[in-house]
Amino acid sequence: MEITLTVNGAAKTADVPDNALLVDVLRESLGLTGTHVGCDTSQCGACVVHMNGDAVKSCTVLAGQADGADVTTIEGIGDPDALHPMQEAFRDNHALQCGFCTPGMIMSAIDLVQKGGGSLDEAAVRDGLEGNLCRCTGYHNIVKAVLAAQSSM
Amino acid sequence: MASETGIGASVKRKEDARFITGAGNYTDDINAAGQTYAVFVRSPYARAKINGVDTTAAAATDGVVAVFTGADLAADEIGDLPCGWLVKSKDGSDMVAPPHPPIATEAVNYVGEPYAVVIGETLDAAKNGAEAVEADFEELPAVVDLATAASADQIHESVPNNQAYDWELGDKAATDEAFDSAHHVATVDIVNNRLIPNAIEPRAALGEYDAAAGTYTLHTTSQNPHLERLVLAAFVNVAPEARLRVISPDVGGGFGSKIFVYAEETAVIWAAGKVRRPVKWRAERSESFLADAHGRDHVTTAQLALAEDGKFLGLRVKTKANMGAYLSTFASSVPTYLYGTLMAGQYTTPAIYVEVQSLYTNTAPVDAYRGAGRPEATYVVERCVETAAREMGIDPAEIRRRNFIQPGDFPYDTPVALTYDTGNYEASLDKALGHIDYAGFGARRAASESAGKKRGIGFSCYIEACGLAPSQVAISLGAGVGLFEVGEVRVDVTGSVTVVTGSHSHGQSHETTFAQIISDKLGVPFENVTVLHGDTGRSDYALGTYGSRSLAVGGSAIIKATDKIIAKGKKIAAHMLEAQEDQVDFDDGTFTVVDSNQSLTFPEVAFSAYVPQNFPLEDLEPGLSEKAFYDPPNFTYPAGAHICEVEVDPETGVVDIVDFVAVDDFGNVINPMIVEGQVHGGLAQGIGQALLEHGVYDDTGQLISGSYMDYTMPRADDLPSFKVDTTVTPCTHNPLGVKGCGEAGAIGSTAAVMNAVTDALGVASVAMPATPETVWRAGRGE
Repeated sequence: MEITLTVNGAAKTADVPDNALLVDVLRESLGLTGTHVGCDTSQCGACVVHMNGDAVKSCTVLAGQADGADVTTIEGIGDPDALHPMQEAFRDNHALQCGFCTPGMIMSAIDLVQKGGGSLDEAAVRDGLEGNLCRCTGYHNIVKAVLAAQSSM
Repeated sequence: MASETGIGASVKRKEDARFITGAGNYTDDINAAGQTYAVFVRSPYARAKINGVDTTAAAATDGVVAVFTGADLAADEIGDLPCGWLVKSKDGSDMVAPPHPPIATEAVNYVGEPYAVVIGETLDAAKNGAEAVEADFEELPAVVDLATAASADQIHESVPNNQAYDWELGDKAATDEAFDSAHHVATVDIVNNRLIPNAIEPRAALGEYDAAAGTYTLHTTSQNPHLERLVLAAFVNVAPEARLRVISPDVGGGFGSKIFVYAEETAVIWAAGKVRRPVKWRAERSESFLADAHGRDHVTTAQLALAEDGKFLGLRVKTKANMGAYLSTFASSVPTYLYGTLMAGQYTTPAIYVEVQSLYTNTAPVDAYRGAGRPEATYVVERCVETAAREMGIDPAEIRRRNFIQPGDFPYDTPVALTYDTGNYEASLDKALGHIDYAGFGARRAASESAGKKRGIGFSCYIEACGLAPSQVAISLGAGVGLFEVGEVRVDVTGSVTVVTGSHSHGQSHETTFAQIISDKLGVPFENVTVLHGDTGRSDYALGTYGSRSLAVGGSAIIKATDKIIAKGKKIAAHMLEAQEDQVDFDDGTFTVVDSNQSLTFPEVAFSAYVPQNFPLEDLEPGLSEKAFYDPPNFTYPAGAHICEVEVDPETGVVDIVDFVAVDDFGNVINPMIVEGQVHGGLAQGIGQALLEHGVYDDTGQLISGSYMDYTMPRADDLPSFKVDTTVTPCTHNPLGVKGCGEAGAIGSTAAVMNAVTDALGVASVAMPATPETVWRAGRGE
């Protein structure tokens, strides 16, 4: 099956098996390995990307469903010289340790803040991130980072 | 050099630039040309005899490259997976370890144990092949219950009573005597629940074989690539170390579970040689649940004997520890030398006797998990202390104060084989009491009561032995390896510095912390220091990262190497400045002749070392690169006070952590921001154990908490923000005065939470995890 989609602003075509998942397309076909796979039950959130403006778990989207979609991954939001405010907030607040959950966490957090209307408090951030597992940080600094980014985004 | 990037500064991490932009390089991100994919075929039974494995249909499946069984590995003389720590029983006999072939041959002994591996052109092909492997199993009754395992069916032919060992520590007679004279005896019965580590990155491996050179390269998710290489070479017989390179690139969390040498990496690197193509494997999360080494899983009865004034007289501990089906890499040491030795805690308890019987069951192997033995010990001691305080009507802070080892008592020999070098336990407790507003607790409890809630407060004053380990002590107690560390400081021609450490960072931030140390000591700009790690091709034999050892041991090795750099630099500078060597000082990146205005910068001296024109070649080798091995003279002893305040809703059993304070003494702190982060993560895991996490097998040995839908991982909305602070008594025996901070959160917090929950409910004990149902029932006296 051939699919065409926009990834990080560029048109991409991938020839994938019918049962391929969006995360497979990103990681295997397009070499965008910033999006991670941490579980097999759509529970950990390491694979979160944005599709047509919404945060989605890319392990739960069939490649075919992403045909024609506009997808943004962690690689598409900023680079070391021009970080996205959420990336900057994660760095400034030490909101990551091993870094494995971080791409999904950042993509979820951006979506959360964008849809939060600037009114998120700690409880709302914790509630909003409950679909992303982190085993390193105890979430303390992630919550701080997201609240900081809410002010800077 | 006090600076924005030196020792003591909360420097932002070097690692972050790649991790926040998706540029991390984890094992599963690495692909090799022409790679194949491995899928392991795993036992559906907890215990079964293998009458035969038929791979015909699997081998004929489209896209299947090869199918291997345990017999194929055995035919190639691939050895068993060893346990690296020999523990002896009370009677002096060696522990009994059953054979542990990487791929099962005659029997399977836990659900998820691999009995074949299929190599496919694609992952799907390998999965299809795995479906087609047919095994003739003869199912046998599974031994699951730890409490009765010793009298259950014998699992392994070579292991009577399913017992690995029956170990003891301490003075039994003195302890019995203490109990005879006791005014009060507090007794606790504890189940330390089984945990499943769950680093968010699943284990993975990419094995490559270079037939022309006869060399193997294994990329894998290891906390200690040299140990992996040693075992693969010396025990598994893949290839001699010189023809085997193990690389741990970015690793997404370990928490102990990535210390061990597992079946999968072993089979992958071996299979790469057989199929003469790269072989890739990444665990699915369900495989992680089944086949990563689990943690904890003790059943314990403990008694604390006290005098009338609340002074501790003796402690008696009897524990059964679950080893799972086989003895994992360091499993034997966890409930013994990392557990029994910690039973003095922060207290002057004069007589202690610990017995540990380690038993096999038909469950996944159990080994070190964040804290490894020390959380279990802390849980025993602090549940005993809290129980005694309540039973005797003594304030829980006060009873601890009465028994603390005092600052003037160090070095302090405990009755369980350790010598604490330094500490100030009361200082941590006092600070923690201030942060939690202990004086105001009564009013807060009353306010909760009037709102229909039950409020409780719980203490945990923990100690841990870290900085593993003095090699000769460890080896005399059964360790099969030395436990030093290596560090290499390579000054580049232009004066920038490349550090190669044997420690491995999988979240701990070595690239930042170690660069701060170098920047501070050598006066080299922080951004001009690069730290390399995780590659047996880059560093000398090293022992890796676990037991909160990286800074205390690996950092000390780097300091030693740095001292050699400075010493040589002074010789070079003395020559260049025509001064006596002992007249040259080095400070803040500058070599200066004392009482003169003659000086050279560090880069000038480095340049001279590599372009040795004005250089004493007759006395000194060119170059400026030094290596050091550091073997610690003692363990380090981080300690602290954790206080947890909870509010329980008696209608629902839900426990709300309304406040959590951790005051820890890690000795000197290099980067406070990083240290706080380590504490946060540890607290989450300790609180997870107390309230949420439980690895559960049913009576037939099926893992019923085998996914994130069944095993409750702490999520953002399960946890509070934490109040974290430190006190400092520098470690007395390493050059940085540091103790280690990686495990403290997980060691101290569990007991604090459970002491708070039991306080809130006014009951003697609540089983972990204290789920709403458990708490609700406990509140009703069920």
